[in-house]
Amino acid sequence: MRPSTPGPRPSRAVLVLLLVACFAVITVDARSGDSSPLDPVRSAVGDVFGPAENTAATAVRPFADVPDHFRTTDGLRRDVARLQAQNSRLRSQLAGVALDRNRAAELDGLLARSSSTGYALVPARVVAMGPAQSFSRTVTIDAGTTSGVRPDLTVLNNDGLVGRVLRADRSTATVLLLVDPESVVGGRLGSSMEVGFLRGRGDVGGRARLDLDLVDASATPTKGDSLVTWGSRNGRPYVPGIPIGRVGAVYSSPREQSTRAVITPYVDFSALDLVGVVVDKKTRSDRTVIKADASTTSGGGR
Amino acid sequence: MSLVRALVATLVLVVAVVLQVAVFSVMSFDGVVPNLALLVVVAAALVRGPEIAAVLGFCGGLAIDLAPPADHVAGRWALSLVVVGYLAGRVRHDAGTSAVAALLTVGASSFVGTSVFALSGMLLHDPAIPVAEALRVIPVAVAYDVLVTPFVLPPVMRLFRRLKPHEVAY
Repeated sequence: MRPSTPGPRPSRAVLVLLLVACFAVITVDARSGDSSPLDPVRSAVGDVFGPAENTAATAVRPFADVPDHFRTTDGLRRDVARLQAQNSRLRSQLAGVALDRNRAAELDGLLARSSSTGYALVPARVVAMGPAQSFSRTVTIDAGTTSGVRPDLTVLNNDGLVGRVLRADRSTATVLLLVDPESVVGGRLGSSMEVGFLRGRGDVGGRARLDLDLVDASATPTKGDSLVTWGSRNGRPYVPGIPIGRVGAVYSSPREQSTRAVITPYVDFSALDLVGVVVDKKTRSDRTVIKADASTTSGGGR
Repeated sequence: MSLVRALVATLVLVVAVVLQVAVFSVMSFDGVVPNLALLVVVAAALVRGPEIAAVLGFCGGLAIDLAPPADHVAGRWALSLVVVGYLAGRVRHDAGTSAVAALLTVGASSFVGTSVFALSGMLLHDPAIPVAEALRVIPVAVAYDVLVTPFVLPPVMRLFRRLKPHEVAY
């Protein structure tokens, strides 16, 4: 290519050529739906960029924790007071529910024995986050097909449901977060067992919210009610019983003859780090698979 | 563009894309991170002119479209960065002279780039982006890009200037 000289007008040919190339790529990818011819390219690029992202995230992780070291004594003292209050409240609750807990443990043991569906988890860390400018909420995790991660598996963390695996490359996988506008999850209200569909709004951080449309239009969710996953066939993409969030607000519109609820997710999507991918128990993985059996066997022995 | 120049430019783009998704995600503001690939394209436009910037925009955009966390229709960021590279290259004689003009160019480029991306998404219903969401994200993206410009643009421009073939200074 000739170096451009300051005088004459730049040639339009390059621009036109590139624009045509862009439109060609967009058309090919948008028209072909699920089996795009670009998938092999995507996966090849993923195999190159994935390890690079892993390395970059590992290098920067120690520095990401630095702000935590600069917290004031005042802030720490406030935290201690708050945690003590929370602790005593929880302790009193615990004393009250001992009976219920025993019953629940028995029931858990029965359930575990009958269905033996303790989930096995492949642990992974979030290494990259899609920018908000792309308007889709996806993250990269550092576990791929070599660790047993496949597309359409449930991803969760300590707090609850995170999302599902969209694509898996050799060493990394792309996860669609619950809050993505494209994400739809079947949910079940804890108190009334009513089912509904949850859609993301695309916000992460403190304002992350999900919209719940109940199947039964006459059912009214109550504020503060908790929501768990409903589950899909064969547990893909979502396994049942994973906590999602709690009902934050309820709106009813007579025009649509249905009740809409806004759900606050348990998971903090802007601070995702360690997550687990729910895999089949017999999955081969190059890292230790966390099995839930330990708790179910002890429950059964009681 | 000779092989070495192409290689260095590719390397700069790859580093920009990786930093953007893997490193700056810990400093994201509401999920918005600085669009480093766009800054590299603008730097190339200011130093080398519209054609080369558009080519770099195409490559960088495709990298964003295909690298792991991305899940939109491929080619959308490529399209917006081609437009950005070309437009920024056209105004470079006014913008290459002062720091304020360079900042304005980055701001305008970021606005155009993110808007073209959002509009293509609305046309394709790729994620069906609500207009309110786009209007919320775009100003933050522009502000963040302008904020990191002083740290990114000068070194990248210096690099591209050193790679420039011998030519009469303007």
